[in-house]
Amino acid sequence: MPEFLLLALLGGIGVALVAGPLGSFVVWRRMAYFGDTLAHSALLGIAVGVLFDINFNLAVVSCCVILALILVSLQRQRLVATDTLLGIMAHSSLSLGLVAVALLDDVRVDLMEYLFGDLLAITPADLFWIYGGGGIVMLLIWKLWNPLLAVTINEELAQVEGVPVARIRLALMLLIGVVIAIAMKVVGILLITSLLIIPAASARRLANSPEQMAVIASFLGVIAVLLGLFASMQFDTPAGPSVVVAALLQFLLLYSLPFRKVA
Amino acid sequence: MNPANLVEISGLSVSFGNNTVIDNISMALKQGEITTLIGPNGAGKTTLVKAVLGLLTPTEGVIQRSATLRIGYMPQKLHIDTTFPLTVERFLKTAAFASTADRHQALQSVRAENLLKQSVHSLSGGEMQRVLLARALLRKPELLVLDEPAQGVDINGQTELYKLIASIRDKYNCAVLMISHDLHLVMAATDQVICLNHHICCSGHPEQVSTDPSYIELFGIPGAEDLALYSHHHNHRHDNHGDILPLPDKQESDHTACGGHH
Repeated sequence: MPEFLLLALLGGIGVALVAGPLGSFVVWRRMAYFGDTLAHSALLGIAVGVLFDINFNLAVVSCCVILALILVSLQRQRLVATDTLLGIMAHSSLSLGLVAVALLDDVRVDLMEYLFGDLLAITPADLFWIYGGGGIVMLLIWKLWNPLLAVTINEELAQVEGVPVARIRLALMLLIGVVIAIAMKVVGILLITSLLIIPAASARRLANSPEQMAVIASFLGVIAVLLGLFASMQFDTPAGPSVVVAALLQFLLLYSLPFRKVA
Repeated sequence: MNPANLVEISGLSVSFGNNTVIDNISMALKQGEITTLIGPNGAGKTTLVKAVLGLLTPTEGVIQRSATLRIGYMPQKLHIDTTFPLTVERFLKTAAFASTADRHQALQSVRAENLLKQSVHSLSGGEMQRVLLARALLRKPELLVLDEPAQGVDINGQTELYKLIASIRDKYNCAVLMISHDLHLVMAATDQVICLNHHICCSGHPEQVSTDPSYIELFGIPGAEDLALYSHHHNHRHDNHGDILPLPDKQESDHTACGGHH
């Protein structure tokens, strides 16, 4: 196996593993649009990274985190409906990012690579970020699993029962920010949310408990990465979109097959 | 603070912007007593309950409660997204403080043992309320706070639910604070009624409140007539309370078990 393929496989699998549990929360808490908004802001992070010569991954994570914090505080003020707010922030941060990248005329930034991912160009340094960042995310999800579930079920009930709701909610947003940053290389800014949502939505069809859904989502994500990469090599299609198409096929298959009813 | 009181509220006001939702409320919750909040929509009932729970900060006034007060809370409605695979058992397990035996006992107290393995998405309104009540009981509460416990439950189920709440009060000897719309149904199982319309219009024993002019002004005479009728039932039920309950309890439990499958 050529080295670039091995790196692509390892990178894709790493992202799919961590996207499973986190994507389940995105689905349960209806945060798809929120994830999209964070992802769109990632390009702004890239521009900032180029401008100040910071590591791109670090710049993107910081950018996602800052945007998440701004979102939370704007949401509290209830100036406009949340989906309007998300729409404004998603597209303006993407546009700001595109404009900023264009203004940095002395540096060439390959936009396509960031918009749609470049799975086949993953470097060992990227792998370090994927597994390092992903490992921390997984560890935190493991530690916070029960309070995360309690907050997802009902925030007020959780608060009365002594769960630090505001902190848990913030933690979840930060975790999503980190995963977006590390997944960017695999499927790109425009497709990241699909990697969070589609395997989780497919897993719902088979899962009887939140734990099962998280694990099955990871598993389906890994399969989608394998299929997508194989298709990409076979038919010379772009790797990131091929992975998403593979995930979509899984989803369609699972929802068209008759399964026994689950919880 | 009077030692008989679990919670003491004095001069409590809550405002959102310029809108004063509750104004100068003083009341106390006593161990073993059921307090019912009634009042028209938008009267501030839920706001008052949330202040008692510590979910919102009062604009003015003081809420005193012991720092270790265990509160069991049953929210008005629990919307769990259908994408969330959850059985009753797993739902109760997210209350991390409880053991398997606790969970079993709590479900038994609300006569819903048969629901343990069911999906929360397949429960009827009444079943869901019971499960929520069971979860509140897992706290071994000294104070049980119920926000419209009978919402989405049919009339027969409502009567049964209020009986259940009274029996839980007897069993756990906890204070109960609940919000209700269904005055005549709830009054049989209430020690103290507080009629709320931003401020306290009147309060006291159910019979007392039902003849209060401000109550009649707010809810009209028909409700008061129903209440007068009901106060008769109330005495009757009280006499037989301890002796008769165990047997019908069992029957009702069987009935529910059967009803759940149809």
